Amino acid sequence: MTYLVYDGSWNGLMTAVFEYYEYKLCDVSILAEKSFQPSLLGNEKTVITDINKASRVLASLSKKLSSNGFGKLFPVFLSEQHGIEDQLLNFIKLVFSSDKSPEQAYGNTCVLTIDKVAKMVHREKHRMEAFIRFQQLADGLYYAHISPDFNVLPLIAKHFKNRYADQQWLIYDLKRKYGIYYDLSDVQEVTLDISESPTEGSIFHEDEVLYQTLWKDYFQSVNIKPRKNSKLHIRHVPKRYWKYLTEKLPA
Amino acid sequence: MSERIREKLQILADAAKYDVSCASSGSTRKNHNKGLGDTGNGICHTYTEDGRCVSLLKILLTNFCIYDCAYCVTRKSNDIKRAAFTVQEVVDLTINFYRRNYIEGLFLSSGIFKDADYTMERLVQVAKKLRTEHKFNGYIHLKSIPGASNEIMHEAGLYADRLSVNIEIPTENGLKLLAPEKNRKDMIMPMNYLKDEIIRLNDEKKSLKKTPLFAPAGQSTQMIIGAGAETDKDIMYTSAAFYRNFNLKRVYYSGYVPISNDKRLPALGSQVPTVRENRLYQTDWLMRFYGFKVFELLNDKNPHLDLDIDPKLGWALRNLSVFPIDINKADLQLILRVPGIGVQSAQKIVAARKFQKLNWEQLKKIGIAISRAKYFIVCSSRDFERRDLSETKIKQFILAESKSKYLKSSSQQISLF
Repeated sequence: MTYLVYDGSWNGLMTAVFEYYEYKLCDVSILAEKSFQPSLLGNEKTVITDINKASRVLASLSKKLSSNGFGKLFPVFLSEQHGIEDQLLNFIKLVFSSDKSPEQAYGNTCVLTIDKVAKMVHREKHRMEAFIRFQQLADGLYYAHISPDFNVLPLIAKHFKNRYADQQWLIYDLKRKYGIYYDLSDVQEVTLDISESPTEGSIFHEDEVLYQTLWKDYFQSVNIKPRKNSKLHIRHVPKRYWKYLTEKLPA
Repeated sequence: MSERIREKLQILADAAKYDVSCASSGSTRKNHNKGLGDTGNGICHTYTEDGRCVSLLKILLTNFCIYDCAYCVTRKSNDIKRAAFTVQEVVDLTINFYRRNYIEGLFLSSGIFKDADYTMERLVQVAKKLRTEHKFNGYIHLKSIPGASNEIMHEAGLYADRLSVNIEIPTENGLKLLAPEKNRKDMIMPMNYLKDEIIRLNDEKKSLKKTPLFAPAGQSTQMIIGAGAETDKDIMYTSAAFYRNFNLKRVYYSGYVPISNDKRLPALGSQVPTVRENRLYQTDWLMRFYGFKVFELLNDKNPHLDLDIDPKLGWALRNLSVFPIDINKADLQLILRVPGIGVQSAQKIVAARKFQKLNWEQLKKIGIAISRAKYFIVCSSRDFERRDLSETKIKQFILAESKSKYLKSSSQQISLF
C-alpha cells in the first residue's frame, strides 16, 4: 500500500491523482496531511501540489464527463468525509477506463456513492442559502455566521454575490475558521479572530433589533395552530440549525 | 411607532396565512442592474410549526373588506381587529427582511376596499415602487383582485413574477351558497386576460429582441377543501380544467380550518382534513409529473380518493392487468406508474440500465420503495412475486408493512364506523 499524502487542497488532490498515473502506482490510498498517521505498513509519498498537473487532470475529466457530472466532483471533495479521496480516485479511474462517461451507471456502487455524497453536499449548500440570517452592524455591514456540516462556503459565494450585489456582507464559518466577504465588487476569503458572535447591542445598526423582532412576530403570526405538526417542522428545520435562526431564538 | 407596525404586521400576517401558496420559483428575473435580489429555483427560508414553508413575506395590505364570504376570516361581519399598511410600510418591511435573508420576496394580498380597481391599484403601487425605486429583483406575488380592469392587470404583470386569483370553492353551486356576492366570472376575468397577455408577449419575444418580463412565474390558484360537500372528483376535475384552460403553474389545496359558527360550514373545533389534502396534492402531482389523466384516478365509479393508500397505488390495484412490468425494458412512462418509484428514481433506472441490467439490490440503492414496488415489477433476478395476488391481498400486505405517517390517523378514522 502506498500512501499519497497531499496538503488538503483540491489542487493537491488532483496532483495526487496525476501522480497515481504518472508513476503507474497501484494499491494506493490518498490522505490529507492532517489525517495521515505514519505507519510501518506502507510507503509514504508526499505529493507537492502542482497547478499544471492538477489542471491537466481536471481538463481531461471535463472532456469525458457532462458538465453536470463534472460539477459533482468538487462538492464531493468539500464533503470532507473520511476516505472521500479514495472514493474520488476510484470514480476517476472508472471514468478514464470507460469509453463513454459512466456517470449515470447507477448500478455501480462507486458511481452511486459519488452521486449520493454530491447530493448531500448540495442539500447543505441549499440549507445555508436558506438559513443564513444576516445582522446589520452599525457600519452597515451585513454579518452572518454558520457552522455547516460540510465546507460549503466556496459553493454559496456566487449565490450571495448575485443576490446582495448592492450590500456589503460577510459570512463566517465558525467551524472551519474562515469566511467570505463581499466588498461590492468581489468576494474574498478572509480569516478573522472571532470565536463568538458579536453580542453587544452597540455594534448593531439602530434598526437591527426592530427588524429581528418583526421577523419573530411574523413567524409566530403565520403559524396555524390547529395544523400543528412538530415532526414535519423538525424534519425541515433540524434542531442543529436553530441556534443561527433569528426566528428560533428566544424573544 | 414600532409598536404600531408590530401590531399591524401581526394582524395582517395572521389574516394572510390561510393562503397556502408559498412558491418562489419559476421566475427568470436576474440581478442585472446591480440592485437587490435575484430569483431562481425558490428557497424555503424557514418552516412554521405546522410544517409549512415560509418563503415570502405573506401579508394583506388591509383586512378591511366589503365582502362577507362565509369561509373567510376577513369577512365583513366578523368581529376582528382591522388594520391597513401604507405602501411605504410594505416596501420597507420587504426590503429589510430581504436584506437579512429572511425571505425570497413579497406575497401581497388584500381585503377589498372601495372597489376592485382601487384595491388592485394599491397592490400594483407597492410592486412598482419596489421595482423602480429600490431596484428590487426578488420575487413578487400579487393577488389578482376579481373584477379588476385589464389596464391595471397589465401593469401588475409588468412588476409581479406571479399572480393568482383564488377560486376558493371548487364548484359554482358551492360558491353561490358560501359567497353569494361573488361569481366565478369575475374571478376568471383577470386570469383569462393575463393568460392571453403572457401568450402574446411570449410570441412577441420570438420576433423582438427585447420584451419586458411579464408575470414570468405565471399564475396559480387555490381551492378550499372540505368547506362544502364537493367530492374529490369535483375538485380535481375543476383543477384539471384550470390547468388546461388557463395554463396555471400551480393549483393549491387548502384543508378548511374552521373559523366560524356559520351553519353552512364545518363547526369550530372540527378536524382539518390534512390527509385528504395530501391525497389531492398527490393526485395533482400524478397529473403534472407522472403522465396520468385525471379520469384514470377519479371517475364516477371512484369519486373519492382512498385515504389509507396513495392514489398511484390505488390506480395500480385497480389496473393489475398492466403489471408486472420489466424494469429493464419498460418505457419511462410505464415505470413512472409503478407504486414506490418516483420521477427521479425512474429516470435513474432508465439511465442506469443502459450500462447493466438492474437487480433488486441495485434498485434499492437507487432509492425505490421495494416494499411497494415488488408486487408490480420484475427485474434481473429470478426472485419475484409469483403468487397471483388479488387487489385486496396486495393492499393488505402493503399496509401491514407500511410505516406511513398517515396510517395511524386513518385507521383511527376507519374504526369510527
